[in-house]
Amino acid sequence: MIPIFGYGVLILTFVVALYGIGAAVYGALYAQKDAAAWVESSRRAMLLTFPLITIAVLAVIYLLTTGHYEVQYVYSVTSSTMPAYLKATALWGGQAGSLLFWSWLMSAFAAAVTLRKWQRDLEFLPWVIVVSLVTLAFFLGLIIFVKGQVSFERFWQLADGSNTASVFQPAGSTLLVPPDGNGLNPLLRHPGMIIHPPMLYLGFVSFVIPFAFAIASLITGRTDDRWIRVTRRWTLVAWLFLSLGLVLGMWWAYDVLGWGGYWGWDPVEIAALMPWLTGTAFLHSVMIQEKRGLFKRWNMVLIVLTYALVIFGTFLTRSGVLSSVHAFSQSAIGPLFFAFIGITFAVSLGLLLYRWNDLRSEGQMTSLLSRESLFLVNNLLFIGVLVVCFWGVIFPLISELFTGQKVTVGPLFYLRATGPLFAGLLFLMGVAPLSAWTHSTYKTLGRAAWKPALVSLLALAAIFLLGVRSWIALLGFWLVALAVCLTLYEYGREVYSRHKSTDEGLPLAFWRLTGRNRRRYGGFIIHLSMAIMALGIIGIQVFQTSTQGTLLPGDTLELSGYTITFKDLAVFDAADGHNVGRAVLQITRGGQALGELYPRRDYYYDSQQPVTIPGVRSTFEDDLYVVLVDWQASGVTFKVFHNPLVLWLWTGALLFTLGMLVAAWPDRETETERRPAVGRVMVKA
Amino acid sequence: MGRMKFMIGGLLIVAAVIYLIFSSTQANAQYFLTIRELQDKGQALVGKDVRVSGAVVGDSIQYDPQSLTLNFTVAYVPGDNNEITKMGGLAKVLHDAVQDKSLPRLEVAYHGVKPDLLKDEAQAIMTGKMGADGTFEANELLLKCPTKYEEAVPNQVQK
Repeated sequence: MIPIFGYGVLILTFVVALYGIGAAVYGALYAQKDAAAWVESSRRAMLLTFPLITIAVLAVIYLLTTGHYEVQYVYSVTSSTMPAYLKATALWGGQAGSLLFWSWLMSAFAAAVTLRKWQRDLEFLPWVIVVSLVTLAFFLGLIIFVKGQVSFERFWQLADGSNTASVFQPAGSTLLVPPDGNGLNPLLRHPGMIIHPPMLYLGFVSFVIPFAFAIASLITGRTDDRWIRVTRRWTLVAWLFLSLGLVLGMWWAYDVLGWGGYWGWDPVEIAALMPWLTGTAFLHSVMIQEKRGLFKRWNMVLIVLTYALVIFGTFLTRSGVLSSVHAFSQSAIGPLFFAFIGITFAVSLGLLLYRWNDLRSEGQMTSLLSRESLFLVNNLLFIGVLVVCFWGVIFPLISELFTGQKVTVGPLFYLRATGPLFAGLLFLMGVAPLSAWTHSTYKTLGRAAWKPALVSLLALAAIFLLGVRSWIALLGFWLVALAVCLTLYEYGREVYSRHKSTDEGLPLAFWRLTGRNRRRYGGFIIHLSMAIMALGIIGIQVFQTSTQGTLLPGDTLELSGYTITFKDLAVFDAADGHNVGRAVLQITRGGQALGELYPRRDYYYDSQQPVTIPGVRSTFEDDLYVVLVDWQASGVTFKVFHNPLVLWLWTGALLFTLGMLVAAWPDRETETERRPAVGRVMVKA
Repeated sequence: MGRMKFMIGGLLIVAAVIYLIFSSTQANAQYFLTIRELQDKGQALVGKDVRVSGAVVGDSIQYDPQSLTLNFTVAYVPGDNNEITKMGGLAKVLHDAVQDKSLPRLEVAYHGVKPDLLKDEAQAIMTGKMGADGTFEANELLLKCPTKYEEAVPNQVQK
């Protein structure tokens, strides 16, 4: 009963979405005197999709948590040995469920958008509705009509003895109810894996809203910066979720997969990185349009690309087009995704070309080192990294198309090609906030930057004296130091200046100043976090060492100054159907005892899946990371990694979350009321 | 014109990106082959860095955790996704590949920790070099992430 009910509700949601699209288009283009009523009706329809799809999602969660294994999806991702919370979060553990979850998020954001105050932007409303609902309808269409993607398909045994799966009962068949499910692969039963997909999808879906407003702006011809102001917070929040989603994926890989790394340049990782690249560029570039009326075309291109990459990213993880450790099974949805991206991209480009002349800049850039110019370089560098990533991902397909032979590129390609570009971005991140609007020269920039730059060179010298000789590490560390010094210097200088000109003490001046311009100082905090994350990345990338060995109790392994002594191994069966192998290791360095580590190797009987859980000792200096590989009568085998500075990677992520809270915190007066203080240079044609 | 310097600057960056892409591709491109293609090319590829995919034959997995040497055999899996879909989907193709002893097989040698996902009928993607003796020396071993293999229809029946 429930599966049919849930499926029916999904169909109803789909119909409501289609109605909303039709009503919005009719109200915007064809209706005469009751146009407003039609648009209002479509707005209500968009709002209605959310409670409807929530009912369908609740139905699936109910089926998941109550062990309805006759439902194909429930069978594939749950089993009786899984705890209830894992059964519920298995909603996004498999392909069909994750598409439903994506649709639910889309509907949630679409509904949230309907609830904002629309009085000033009524002309945008129908088109925002159309774009959001078209996206929603596409995903709903996939999970309703494509066999294998429907979360409510059930197993039936046909008269001839064969089995099949479908929502409705085929003639002459009986319901097939397996006694237990397959269960979610144990590698996915980790807190990081529980939050990573929702966080990533939140990031993906939130970028649809600024895109919808951009399209609305192109269609209505209201190509000023209104659409940017209105979506500013959406963009910030989207960026935050997408960044967190990426970092959570890195953390999960580091914590669970046991290869001592966090990023493998796998096509699916890159698929999530690409919209982040254009999204970050977009986030910065729109500031220039707001402040100086420049980059209007850039911004349109960037948001159109971000939307296409969001859908493309979802497509890459679903269609099996590329070989990747993540790729979900191939199915009919590949060509459907491809068609959707193609059509939406073509329409977006068409609209952009149609309004090309209306997007002329309101001024000119004259100085290569001005803030605007540096932001242009920023855009170019981000697009450069994007092109490298896209090339790497597409290359096997192109080579196969043209030479009949599939040729791939590995992580080294990405590191080599993006390294210099990321270095450029790191440099820019430190320097650009110090450059002046409109006009900046080497002299003015030099005057603003020479003190912190000098400190960074001192830091470089110190690092060199500590023995670092790798030129990549030296350059990287210097850039990190430069970014940190420049940002702290600028922040400190402005705090100090406020402190001097008011009677506020330094802490109060800091608090008040930050509150006055949250975007700027939130941005500084985020830049600091990025520099800190870069520190962690350089540490592990350049300085990772490892060793391995088979030990009997009392034996030791040495790595990078650490002594690891094997003390004991316990092997036992745990409560929920898996075997645990747990080793006890004593860590010392320079004779000083540093504690114990407990690497584990679990084995899940029902899915015959081993899971390695490393024992990690984390400090800001380095991580000591031990993997329990195997045990035999002759000894227990361990692999040990020494990963310097990795903790900074996670710390940086926490800090940028804080920075984003500062940047995105609502102002007392709405930002739409506030006019920019910096005047624009209006050059009339 | 003031625009000139921006155009030049922009073009320089574009040129740098193009250079980076092409030089890195050349330095790092690897043929992605099926077992049949790899064995057909024979001597020509000995010593060259290539990438191969195949279905893991569970019975053949030999692992010495003390020396961390891993040996196993992979069976031929077609490279073309359309072909795989026609043959009934990846899970079925992998299953059939392991059962069908007439398909080309490849011996793989790898030094390192045995990946948790290495088991019977898993899809393995190996990067490395073909040895003169016909064994593939893998320096990178990727196993496909498992939620793909959602069992199509279960075998158990309950009335």
